[in-house]
Amino acid sequence: MTADVIAVSEVTPERFQPLQERGQRAVFCGLTSIIWLHRKIQDAFFLVVGSRTCAHLIQSAAGVMIFAEPRFGTAVLGDRDLAGMADCHDELDRVVAQVLARRPELKSIFLVGSCPSEVIKLDLDNAAGRLGREYEGQVRFVSFSGSGIETTFTQGEDNCLASLASDLPEDTTSEERLLVVGTVPDIVEDQFRRLFSQLGIEHVDFFPGSQSTDLPAVGGNTKLLLAQPFLGETLRALEGRGATLLPAPFPLGAEGSEAWFRAAANAYGVTVEKQQAVLQPPLQRAKAALGKYHSELSGKSFSMLPDSQLEIPLARFLARECGMTPKEVGTPYFDARVMAEEVPLLPSGVDWVEGQDLDPALDRVRATRPDLTVCGLGIANPLEAEGLRTKWSIELLFTPIQGFEQAGDLAELFARPLRRERALEVGSWS
Amino acid sequence: MELTLWTYEGPPHVGAIRVAASMRGVHLVLHAPQGDTYADLLFTMIERDGKRPPVTYTTFQARDLGASTAEKFLNTLQAAYDHHKPSLLLVADSCTAELLQDQPGTLAETAGLPVPVVPLEMAAYSRKENWGASETFYHLVRAVLSAQRNAEEKPRDDGSSNRRRTVNLLGPTKLGFRCRDDIQEIQRLLQSVGIGVNVVAPLDADIHDISRIPEADANVCLYPEVALTTCTWLERNFGQPVIRTVPLGFGATQDFLAELAGVLQVDISAEAVADCRLPWYSRSVDSTYLTGKRVFVFGDGMHAMTCARVAQQEMGFEVVGLGTYSREMAREVRAVAKELGIEALITDDHMVVEQAVSELRPELVLGTQMERHIAKRLGIGCAVISTPAHVQDYPARFSPQMGVEGANVLFDTWVHPLIMGLEEHLLHMFRDDFEFNDHAAPSHLSHGEGTLMAVEDTNVVALEGVHWEDGAEKELKKIPFFVRGKAKRNTERYAEEHGLTAIDIETLYEAKAHYSR
Ligand code: SF4
Ligand code: SF4
Repeated sequence: MTADVIAVSEVTPERFQPLQERGQRAVFCGLTSIIWLHRKIQDAFFLVVGSRTCAHLIQSAAGVMIFAEPRFGTAVLGDRDLAGMADCHDELDRVVAQVLARRPELKSIFLVGSCPSEVIKLDLDNAAGRLGREYEGQVRFVSFSGSGIETTFTQGEDNCLASLASDLPEDTTSEERLLVVGTVPDIVEDQFRRLFSQLGIEHVDFFPGSQSTDLPAVGGNTKLLLAQPFLGETLRALEGRGATLLPAPFPLGAEGSEAWFRAAANAYGVTVEKQQAVLQPPLQRAKAALGKYHSELSGKSFSMLPDSQLEIPLARFLARECGMTPKEVGTPYFDARVMAEEVPLLPSGVDWVEGQDLDPALDRVRATRPDLTVCGLGIANPLEAEGLRTKWSIELLFTPIQGFEQAGDLAELFARPLRRERALEVGSWS
Repeated sequence: MELTLWTYEGPPHVGAIRVAASMRGVHLVLHAPQGDTYADLLFTMIERDGKRPPVTYTTFQARDLGASTAEKFLNTLQAAYDHHKPSLLLVADSCTAELLQDQPGTLAETAGLPVPVVPLEMAAYSRKENWGASETFYHLVRAVLSAQRNAEEKPRDDGSSNRRRTVNLLGPTKLGFRCRDDIQEIQRLLQSVGIGVNVVAPLDADIHDISRIPEADANVCLYPEVALTTCTWLERNFGQPVIRTVPLGFGATQDFLAELAGVLQVDISAEAVADCRLPWYSRSVDSTYLTGKRVFVFGDGMHAMTCARVAQQEMGFEVVGLGTYSREMAREVRAVAKELGIEALITDDHMVVEQAVSELRPELVLGTQMERHIAKRLGIGCAVISTPAHVQDYPARFSPQMGVEGANVLFDTWVHPLIMGLEEHLLHMFRDDFEFNDHAAPSHLSHGEGTLMAVEDTNVVALEGVHWEDGAEKELKKIPFFVRGKAKRNTERYAEEHGLTAIDIETLYEAKAHYSR
């Protein structure tokens, strides 16, 4: 099942071929995306049709329980539902009515498929169509899969946005539109909007936005910038609507952010002088912020276990801007199209792995003993207990890390475990 | 289909993982999709385990369906055995795998592994976590003991010899509530009365320990949610009596020792519990203010029942609500509630619990992590007595709930969210002092933690359709802030019930008279 990991000597898009590993995976399923999607889209409810496991996953992965009544829930299938398909749809209608009775202000309900609903072939697309007609004009129904047999972790957002893509209104104007794709925290969205406007780029939409009723228009004049590296399906769906991708690395770190904004600026014909005038100040701030971390991070080695799809751009950032040395970098899957602008920036001499086989992967971490291992929550403490320092990756999805102003914060996330190791005098880790 | 926002228990296979993770040398192979691996973090993050739980997930994907999930299971089973070399393997389906009907139990038997393989049926669509733990423990014990049954039928002691009596402590698991500390405390207690502990299981037990279970004189069913099925089976098959009193609380600890003395036919001196401080602390004048505090109790069956008794009899509270999410224990909990003159709330829907709490308006909630949230929202003090619990309920310090020290811990923990007695007087006396203002909370409560400020904060807006007249509002301000929220709510409720749209001073005092007991 496992092959030896081989080093890729020279990284070019053509030659970048991560080693495929197949075995036990330790990655959340796409349902996890609901945790940040429901925070972002404020008039929507995410209704998982699944099992108690699904409900338990979301509540456990969130780590904390959201204090108010959450805008997500699970329609937990029971023995009765499994006995006959006929009444599953009736049951779903009843649960939807229950949700709407509690929250009449909802504008959208996402019906989210899970492994059980997919194995019993419960057709949620169909259900969404039916419910959409029933609640015509009041509530929009969209379905997507967040199941663990179809999706890993962040792919849930990809599926969610891809299914929304067909609902976006057609852009009938002749104006150029820029669509920033992927959930970013509001503070990041605001910063991005200010920079775009200073660059003179108008008609900028963010997808998803905070209101599901206020969907951005898309069409032949729409240019796409991906803010997140896990949106391959969404990209294809938007291209299907006529939009074109602006190839760019991801806005992580000073370098990534600069290249990302320049991709847009160049496409809009913004002059070099103007680009300099607008982008230099935040770029210098970001570099200054990163400079403070250089002494802490440079020369330190790290490995990443497959988790969120952020691994490749983050490895690029840590290697190029923080002076760290990647040993092994795993990613749940490799989407060459989405990563096209990242790959040429990647250092050589790194073991790139696509997929996972947990036990051997952990054995390799134990053997190479990197200074820092970026991994999921389930694995972090066990590695710490073995004397390794870790950074849990889920925080990278919950905290604002994109853009110039967050470049320093991003470095801080990796520097803190190392600083803590130096600060503590309670017995050594190793 | 049942709409679930938060769930008290995980699915049954999480119970199976809890049993496996509690033991040494046991490994679970779970036929499950990748997302189900989240269960690891329950152990490594909530309980801060330094090891991954001993579980290998097959993590089958859509492309494996139909053709090769069974094969995937067999490969995973072999790889798990090779890598972990356990002395016993458990195999189970998760909810999704149950639908595939690959029958991992049957498959595993054909795999020819050199260690016992125990198949589990987890009934994911009708059962939950504690049931899963109970089933797993039962099947594991049964598998180990059936293999050696008859081989060594130990002659049972006639009670005449001076042989030291021993018991097994059954039911403690990882992710249970304070199990580690409870076990330590109960072992100390038993040692102090000259009773030996033969085996503790599942926590820290290995297969050899399990095989020694029949050697004890009795089984202490410490956590009935997990151990009752096993204890009953052991009683039937090995003639081991079951000690059913759970020693949680001062009185229950005494009863527990009395039951032990009766069953084991030994003398146990009352001295064993003499150093418990709860009785004196509760009788001391400072605790007078605890009298009749209205308490709502909710948790798993065992903790809810035992804590209700402590609350009522040992703290002098009034238990105004009692309930459990453990449907398996519904009958017992109902009986305890009946004795208290109330009706038990049996539900696993936290929204129903929230409704009950807001209607009963208790002054203290003893519950799970869920009730902590409910109480926080309603501005009521809360102490956690049962799982599901948060990382802070797995404290670094020794903090048992059972036995002598457990009773002490209960006293301290439950009193903390309430306002201290003397401090309550002082607050009242000095309320007009210029240095003392409505925003000063009792000193031991940091901002927002206690019951009082939150009451104020959540009640700034009057109930819709009810208007406070100036005079009444001024009068309301004279009421000490820590009861003002309640006074305000009561008055508004009174006004509403009596169809009043305006509240004047008269209404305020009529409401006060109406609600005073
Ligand atoms: S609010 Fe408090 S109790 Fe609730 S999850 Fe957060 S830290 Fe835990
Ligand atoms: S992996 Fe499947 S069954 Fe498990 S939580 Fe995710 S969707 Fe639910």
